[in-house]
Amino acid sequence: MSQSTSSGMAAAAAGTPAAPIEAGATPTAPAETTRRAGRSRRSPATSLLLHGTLIVASLVAIGPIVWVLLSSFKPGYAVQSTNLTLVQDPTLTNYRYVLFDTNFLRWLLNSVLVAAGTMGIGIFLSATTGYAVSRFNFPGRRPLMMVFLVTQMFPVAILIVPIYTIMARLGLINTLPSLVIAYLTIAVPFCAWMLKGYFDSIPTSLDEAAALDGCGPFATFWRVVLPLARPAVAVTAFYTFLTAWGEVAYASAFIQTDNQFTLAYGLRQFVPQYNPQWEYLTAAAVLVTVPAGLVFMIAQRHLVSGLTAGGTKG
Amino acid sequence: MRTVTAAPASAPPDRRPARPSRLRRSWDRNWYAWAMVLPVVIVLAVLIFYPLGRGIWLSFTDLNEANQVAEICTKSITGGEVCEENPNRWEYAGLDNYVRVLTGQVGRFWEWTGITLIWTFVGVAFHYGLGLGLAILLNRPIRGRGLYRVLLVLPWAVPAFVSAFAWKFIFNERFGLANSLLIGLGADPLPWFSERWTALFTAIVTNVWLGVPFMMVALLGGLQTIPGELYEAAEIDGASPWQRFRAITLPGLRSTSMTVILLGTIWTFNLFPVIFLVTEGEPAGETEILVTGAYRAAFEGIRNYSLASTYGVLILSILLVFSVFYRRALRKQGEVW
Repeated sequence: MSQSTSSGMAAAAAGTPAAPIEAGATPTAPAETTRRAGRSRRSPATSLLLHGTLIVASLVAIGPIVWVLLSSFKPGYAVQSTNLTLVQDPTLTNYRYVLFDTNFLRWLLNSVLVAAGTMGIGIFLSATTGYAVSRFNFPGRRPLMMVFLVTQMFPVAILIVPIYTIMARLGLINTLPSLVIAYLTIAVPFCAWMLKGYFDSIPTSLDEAAALDGCGPFATFWRVVLPLARPAVAVTAFYTFLTAWGEVAYASAFIQTDNQFTLAYGLRQFVPQYNPQWEYLTAAAVLVTVPAGLVFMIAQRHLVSGLTAGGTKG
Repeated sequence: MRTVTAAPASAPPDRRPARPSRLRRSWDRNWYAWAMVLPVVIVLAVLIFYPLGRGIWLSFTDLNEANQVAEICTKSITGGEVCEENPNRWEYAGLDNYVRVLTGQVGRFWEWTGITLIWTFVGVAFHYGLGLGLAILLNRPIRGRGLYRVLLVLPWAVPAFVSAFAWKFIFNERFGLANSLLIGLGADPLPWFSERWTALFTAIVTNVWLGVPFMMVALLGGLQTIPGELYEAAEIDGASPWQRFRAITLPGLRSTSMTVILLGTIWTFNLFPVIFLVTEGEPAGETEILVTGAYRAAFEGIRNYSLASTYGVLILSILLVFSVFYRRALRKQGEVW
């Protein structure tokens, strides 16, 4: 649904042939550099073109982020002015307003609760499934994997109405649990698929050794494979968290009162059709992005290993 | 049972002559695998397949906000409630919804389909093209590669709804960066959201900006699995860079490309937040894609749940048909995916 879920899933599904797990994460492996260095003696012109292209691309990539960041420090009249300035009367008023005069902190808490709940339950439910699908060839394995893939195709429009009516009947509309339940429809197949990809990259000889030592399948999973897969679980959990963090459709449909909004929907309150207050929106956007962005950058390394892990086996 | 538990998980099926019964043996061999997948199967059944079935059923009814209650209750003078059956209760309506949607009596199915196709095709083409280009550049030994990589991946780190707001801000008619740049270049500012194609343009720009980093990282991973010896051999044989790209890079990336293009297409087709937040369907629903159109049918104005379900079924059918054809096309070319 959101791009971040997507990423993980493709990651897992991308049919990269058995590659060393860290292939992507360590692009500057010394051997490779020396080997390639021989053939790429570039002329200064080519070099300039190469760097020029990358610099332009990088500017486009960070431009909007920087612009929002700069705008968030401007007072309202400067944001709404037609004169383009980079910095004008820098102030923290916008941040103060967003943090203390609106429900922003409440929305933040709601988002954290919903995202963490989805992440925890999703991982908890799907970990053993990922393992079973990765290791055992049981009747029902292929259909199950097909289901994981096909659920990625489900448009929000087909599940949202039935889930809405079910939630309404259970009296859960306008509560955070309704969102957690709705997000699990995305998170569970996604987590199972991602974790399967990671478990595939753990050698089965470890399982066999554990079995020889008298571990049953559950003990093998719990004591041997799961501890080894801890980074993978962390990355999967992180993707799941981000997906729930950024979801808009269910949050807009299920939540009706201000104190139950999540960030994705709450931020809209700053920019209604009439009299939008962009200066507050930019400040809120920065506050939302900074923590998510930091964690993302840290997880980035594993992200590439996740990409190659997926396709190693069936 | 005990023997099975102690056996290695990946043991080959045992072929002892004394076999109890096929079912029994299958159970003995697989019970733990089934136990492990049970939680997910239950969740899938309850949270996805039950609602899916219900959604398909709803698309054959005329359920909407006005006729959803089974009984109409009115307070009587004595304080008790008198309930009587709702005469206009929702009911089975056969293919009515489909007929009305497909013939254009309600909504603008074909128009939205057209917009969705343009949106998907252009979005995925740019995602893939730019992603591939940047991946190839980043795959070379170049100074500052790590820095470029981090900067280029940044858009991925921003939650999609924040990016949507950021671009809406940039394309603001009165004080947006885009119009300021246009004025700076000596052009007239554009009222981005009051004309269909410029509005769609803003949404596509947002989507391309969002999606390129993922393609880039995925393809970079693919590029690094291509052995460098192939390039060296080609170079010795005197192949030009373009020939090397055609004969080595593209085939080497093939399976990665096919997967990311298929998934990219599906996601872009269903991508809700960008259209919903950036153009909001402006002007007057002319930039609505199917998913956001269906959402608005369900939750804005008089909520028409059955109509939204009909859209949902149609969207899912389009995607299923597409992926079946896509896979078949790949099979024909000898791709094993």
